[in-house]
Amino acid sequence: MRTLVTLFAAGVALTSAATAQDLAILNGRVITNTDQGQVSSGGVLIRDGVIVSVGANIEVPDGVETIDANGGWITPGIFAPYTQLGLIEVALEDSTNDASASDSEFSVALDVADSFNPNGTYLATSRLEGITRFALVPATGSTLFAGSGALGNTSGGMDALFDTQSFVFADLSQSGAGSAGGSRSAAWAYLEAAFGDARAYPGRYASGHGDALNRYDAAALVDVVRGRVPLILEVDRATDIRRAIRFATDNAPLRLVIYGGAEAWMVADELVAAGIPVLMDPMRNLPSSFDALGSTLEAAARLDEAGVTIAYTTQSADGYFNARLLPQHAGNAVTNGVPWDAAFRAITLTPAEIYGVGDQFGALAAGYRADVVVWDGDPLEVMSAPIHVIIDGENSDMSSRQTRLRDRYADMDDTAPFAYRQ
Amino acid sequence: MSLDWKRWTALLATGVLAACSGGQEADQGNENDTNGEESQVVRFDLDPYPSTYAPQPSETTFITGATIFDGAGNQIDNGDIIIENGRIMAVGQGLEAPEGAAVINAEGRYITPGVIDVHSHLGDYPSPGVDAHSDGNELTQPNTAEVWAEHSVWPQDPGFARALAGGVTTLHVLPGSGNLFGGRGITLRNVAARTVQEMKFPEAPYTLKMACGENPSRVYGGRGMSPATDMGNMAGYRAHWIRASDYRDSWNDHWDDPENNSAPTRDLELDTMMGVLEGDILVQMHCYRADQMAQIIDLSQEFGYQVTTFHHAVEAYKIPDLLAEANVCAAVWADWGGFKMEAYDTIRENLALTHSNGACAMIHSDDALGIQRLNQEVAKALSDGRRMGLEISDAEAVAWFTSNPAQALGISAETGSLEAGKRADIVIWSAHPFSTYAQADNVFIDGAMMYDRANGVQPVSDFDVAQIGEGDD
Repeated sequence: MRTLVTLFAAGVALTSAATAQDLAILNGRVITNTDQGQVSSGGVLIRDGVIVSVGANIEVPDGVETIDANGGWITPGIFAPYTQLGLIEVALEDSTNDASASDSEFSVALDVADSFNPNGTYLATSRLEGITRFALVPATGSTLFAGSGALGNTSGGMDALFDTQSFVFADLSQSGAGSAGGSRSAAWAYLEAAFGDARAYPGRYASGHGDALNRYDAAALVDVVRGRVPLILEVDRATDIRRAIRFATDNAPLRLVIYGGAEAWMVADELVAAGIPVLMDPMRNLPSSFDALGSTLEAAARLDEAGVTIAYTTQSADGYFNARLLPQHAGNAVTNGVPWDAAFRAITLTPAEIYGVGDQFGALAAGYRADVVVWDGDPLEVMSAPIHVIIDGENSDMSSRQTRLRDRYADMDDTAPFAYRQ
Repeated sequence: MSLDWKRWTALLATGVLAACSGGQEADQGNENDTNGEESQVVRFDLDPYPSTYAPQPSETTFITGATIFDGAGNQIDNGDIIIENGRIMAVGQGLEAPEGAAVINAEGRYITPGVIDVHSHLGDYPSPGVDAHSDGNELTQPNTAEVWAEHSVWPQDPGFARALAGGVTTLHVLPGSGNLFGGRGITLRNVAARTVQEMKFPEAPYTLKMACGENPSRVYGGRGMSPATDMGNMAGYRAHWIRASDYRDSWNDHWDDPENNSAPTRDLELDTMMGVLEGDILVQMHCYRADQMAQIIDLSQEFGYQVTTFHHAVEAYKIPDLLAEANVCAAVWADWGGFKMEAYDTIRENLALTHSNGACAMIHSDDALGIQRLNQEVAKALSDGRRMGLEISDAEAVAWFTSNPAQALGISAETGSLEAGKRADIVIWSAHPFSTYAQADNVFIDGAMMYDRANGVQPVSDFDVAQIGEGDD
């Protein structure tokens, strides 16, 4: 399956090379996310959708289109590490919500790529806020396994997913315990059994059934068990996170990622030692459940100081409509003690690294894919906004269904009927 | 018999005063005789659960050198404020510190009135969100005007303290939106207390939560009963307002001529609705779509009452003219949407555009996290408005989280702006409140410093005691 994915990704790269523009973005503060740091006044040169140079004095070949950042900020595009973009159009309308499938016979085998709709209107609204890449994460249904996730861009193009079956998501929090039968013990027993099934696949299924998973679900878990793609586990309580660390150790070469992690700061040193990253929302600060009594605005800074690999989410908002608020969430991490550079990496380069694509996305450096955002100010300030969003070297359309509605109702003195306005 | 509005108002005032003197009416079977010319009239106590709020002790305080947004649309650079007896004595430039006043140097910092959230469920849907805490919506029949949100408020909700750290000094707690008539809302001081009575904003008017649209029809339609549709919603409102009008008329008949008209049987549901018809209880109505808000405006005119505010008014930007004409405010989020069909036409500029096109608009949270940073939510709405070319000053936008919600809650004579005589509800911000990086350094309620970030002065709810993270932000 990975082979197919690789071929697919190569195909996308070829396509984008054929259509991408050459572009130079000049006259801005450049955030590189590399050893080059921040360049107070400089630019980025893009050829064939790939960055070729970054710095204070880049040479722009004749004929290359230029964008004047006008003293604004030039940054890598935002990489949202936990979204349901293109899975949900109207959350409460089941007919438009493909995030989960609680009546399905299958779990791990549910491939989110089959549900993704690149024409969902929140691809554009997210792009307008500087989100260029995202992880597409299915939600859990009747078991603790949600299914397989994918990676995409917000271009709205039909080939927006550039990697599929990229990870598996499972819920081992109190809600996962509920779906497994009513306790954490049940959830971990189920997870252990599922791993046993995947390890024994396909032999076990030639003559009988799996202990936890059906044949298709077991097959879909093989890449996780072999450490080829990450397993993302939702857990909040400190003891559950320790249990997850032990599970990862016992099941090497499993690549574990923690999602949620309300109390991850309490076991930060163990996470560092085990090399396990955490996807967390720096704005969660209420004891929303007895799993999350340790929720605090200081969590992000404590994790950062301990050296835990962190990417930020919009968990306290949602993942389909307001994943676009990720810069605000990162800004609040800064307000509560995280250094600016670290907070910005947590919504750009770090998520790319967690998903194994940190050599292509999340930084402005030669050889990186040209996802670049030009902002009118500090991107973590709530009053700032993108002026240009460039994906794979293409300058995006900055309109959305929302901006069109805005323009239709902006002028109350216009006598044209509303439905006849452009 | 024609309505006697003045008499009802007089009776209400008597009831409130009597209640303030000890609330003894409840001990006398909820009925009592008045004196003088109304001596034959039997009435009932309108305030059986009176506020016992008492401000914390405060000292005469002089805050100097700040950039002040007064909530009334003005910006005062290098401004000073004098607080005395818990009230604002003076606001302006070059004031002199009263003798013996505590002096706070606020140079380089910013001051606004205390943040007011017109839509909260803190206490009714408290943290942690366990089953036993689902106290926010009496989803047992479409009209539950008889329930009062204050009777569900758990004062130990840790969310109150987190909101205080975000500058919130006053909040309005509402029942949920699954019913046509959800019940009474209550306006609270954001003070840590053992009882909700100690939090109740003295003499703030009661409110009635009503709801449009998908929620009531989903809840009751799903049970095979009415309302199951939007037209069922409208029929439901109208049928209940007809009952309420009859009830009000029966009481007025009785009060006018008690010998010939016996008193109706007390009905808690209709008591609340009668209060709305008499203009004493403010209608706060959950309504998303423009066309639905227009229907509700007609409904209110059919029965002669006023809708004070449409909450979650996602499509207010489509009908600023109708809202302005009907004198109804819109309380909105900066950028929530997509969660249901009636929230599909959300735009980021809703607040700014509705305001600029002449209607009264404000921010609201409806959320235990959002309430902690309403300044940021306003900043987003303001910047989106400016980006489309609307000219709105910072000082004007501060009203969206201060004086406009105060107006909508009927407490603007007491709080919501920094004007002499008002309660000293004040936030000192570390930076411009429209910056992500700004934090509330100090929060004063009635002149008492209830939150002091630098010195660790903050309330800790009983729930948080000896739990992980006690005292964390």
